[in-house]
Amino acid sequence: MSKLVIERLAAHFGARILETSDFRGDDTARVAADSWLEVAQFLKSDCGFNQYTDMTAVDYPEREPEEPRFEVVLAVRNMEKGQRVTLKTRVEDGKTLPTLIKVWAGADWGEREIYDMFGIRFDGHPDLRRILLYEEFEGYPLRKDYPIEKTQPLLAYRENAPDFSKLPPFGLDEGQPFGRISWQERLKGRDQQVSPAIAVQTGQRQALSQTSAGGSSAGTEE
Amino acid sequence: MEPIEDELSEEGALELPSEPMRLNMGPSHPAMHGTIRMVIDLDGETIQNLDIQPGYLHRGFEKSCERGTWQQVFPYADRLNYVSPMLNNNGFAMAVEKLLGIKVPERCEYYRVILGELARICDHLTCNGASAMELGAFTPFLWMLKLRDFIWDILEEETGARMTHSFARIGGMAKPPTKNLERNVLDLIPKFEKTLIECEKTVLRNRIFLDRMEKIGILSKERAIELGVTGIMLRSTGVDYDVRKAHPYSVYNRFDFEVPVGHDGDNYDRFLCRMEEMRQSLKIIRQAIDQIPKDGPVSVDDVRVVLPEKPAVYSTIEGTIAHFKLVMEGIKVPAGQVYSFSEAGNGELGFFPGLRRQRDSLPRPLSASLLVQLERGPRDDPRRHDRRHHPDLRIREHDRRRV
Repeated sequence: MSKLVIERLAAHFGARILETSDFRGDDTARVAADSWLEVAQFLKSDCGFNQYTDMTAVDYPEREPEEPRFEVVLAVRNMEKGQRVTLKTRVEDGKTLPTLIKVWAGADWGEREIYDMFGIRFDGHPDLRRILLYEEFEGYPLRKDYPIEKTQPLLAYRENAPDFSKLPPFGLDEGQPFGRISWQERLKGRDQQVSPAIAVQTGQRQALSQTSAGGSSAGTEE
Repeated sequence: MEPIEDELSEEGALELPSEPMRLNMGPSHPAMHGTIRMVIDLDGETIQNLDIQPGYLHRGFEKSCERGTWQQVFPYADRLNYVSPMLNNNGFAMAVEKLLGIKVPERCEYYRVILGELARICDHLTCNGASAMELGAFTPFLWMLKLRDFIWDILEEETGARMTHSFARIGGMAKPPTKNLERNVLDLIPKFEKTLIECEKTVLRNRIFLDRMEKIGILSKERAIELGVTGIMLRSTGVDYDVRKAHPYSVYNRFDFEVPVGHDGDNYDRFLCRMEEMRQSLKIIRQAIDQIPKDGPVSVDDVRVVLPEKPAVYSTIEGTIAHFKLVMEGIKVPAGQVYSFSEAGNGELGFFPGLRRQRDSLPRPLSASLLVQLERGPRDDPRRHDRRHHPDLRIREHDRRRV
């Protein structure tokens, strides 16, 4: 369907296109990792592939050490001509790829997901955070060597969360913190995850009005 | 309290101080259908900044799919979008069939089209009904859900389950169509048309509805293409891209139907596009009912892919072995990776299946990432709420002094 595009890529980039295939009619080109951004820009500006479709990665640990372990896959489409091309490149563990946000804005979340699930970093990505999992998650779950039965440790309350643990609509004596409660505190019986009013009644916590009036701030459990 | 005159001069008016407010919405919130968290910086009613944190409902489908056989993926495919599970079933079956390089019988193609289009109608009914409900129009929501239930009755009779059907198989369908399919679908059509017209009458001229739909949430054509938006969201911006027309798969090139396209790319266009697409889906179903072969197989005749008939399993050694191999070892696919795509309820549904150990199937609803763009969009909209021109919020200086 878009064989001509692949031929054009091969003619333009020469040896930097490492491999082409048309398995089941999907025209695919594998490029060297250092020309990833360049080929993408060429596809967008010269070949008219303006529609971002999808971006993902696949882990092939058995390829190591001869070949890099990860294969990043990008699918794009030419809106006018209805052509589709799949672009692939291989990345070693710990190596980075240039971001494609400047080329297709849709690559933003695709790259964040690849980072989240495989741990591949993208240079120049403005906001490379984990997208589906949380910051403290250990490991990268879609790597083949991540055991599916693996459990994650319980997290303590986020002490230094920048903004979100207490948010402006809630004053100090209303609402509840958004972070998880500390399990150490829970073990000690100082569970403050009840509403402040109940906490005051059950003696878990002093009324804040009293605290600010100069009372001691220690818990009243003991 | 004395009324505030409307023709108050600007000098006499005191602006309320507008500091940006940070609002934490979700992960559990009545207006967040699904578990998703948004941290919003608000200036009045205008969103200045938005950070979306999805993933509270991340269930690791891809990881779970990696360890099973190919057939065992169907229940997961169902749950990718539980409102239109048949479309996901079809999409995944098509992906593996593409990888295997097999073609399913014609009767199966038509059957998939009928069930898939019924699922698409369910999807659009839910979406449109819910968006009307969010704006306070509860009645059309109930009507549409009632209609959806009629469709689920049909799907239940066909597949045995109302929601998560798991009915498609690699290389065919689990069962041939029932005898009642044609009559059931033809019975549905008048009910469907009546309900749709009633719903449209209720909301389309309603001021409250219009104010919140027209020119709200605008997405531009170029932006939508660049972001990889598909489906109704893309078509509402005026781009004529429907996978069923652009890359006709299955038997979609045999039907006469149109692709509704919007103009402004706002909420209202999306609502109208969905309404029209439901009618077009019904048109497709009607044609498919006429054209579907009355008998014949619904699965390919290949023991390496499709389970043999039960009598053969219990009475012949070949049948027993084929059954055992398929259940215990699963289908063997050739080495390679393909990208297979179909038009699902919310846009293009793509799967990237590869050789068993390296499989990675990826259906990606982009709508959430899109929300960032949408919420940022209306800032340029002249109709946005501006406090200074809102008479109710002006406080005259002497009023304030009296307080």
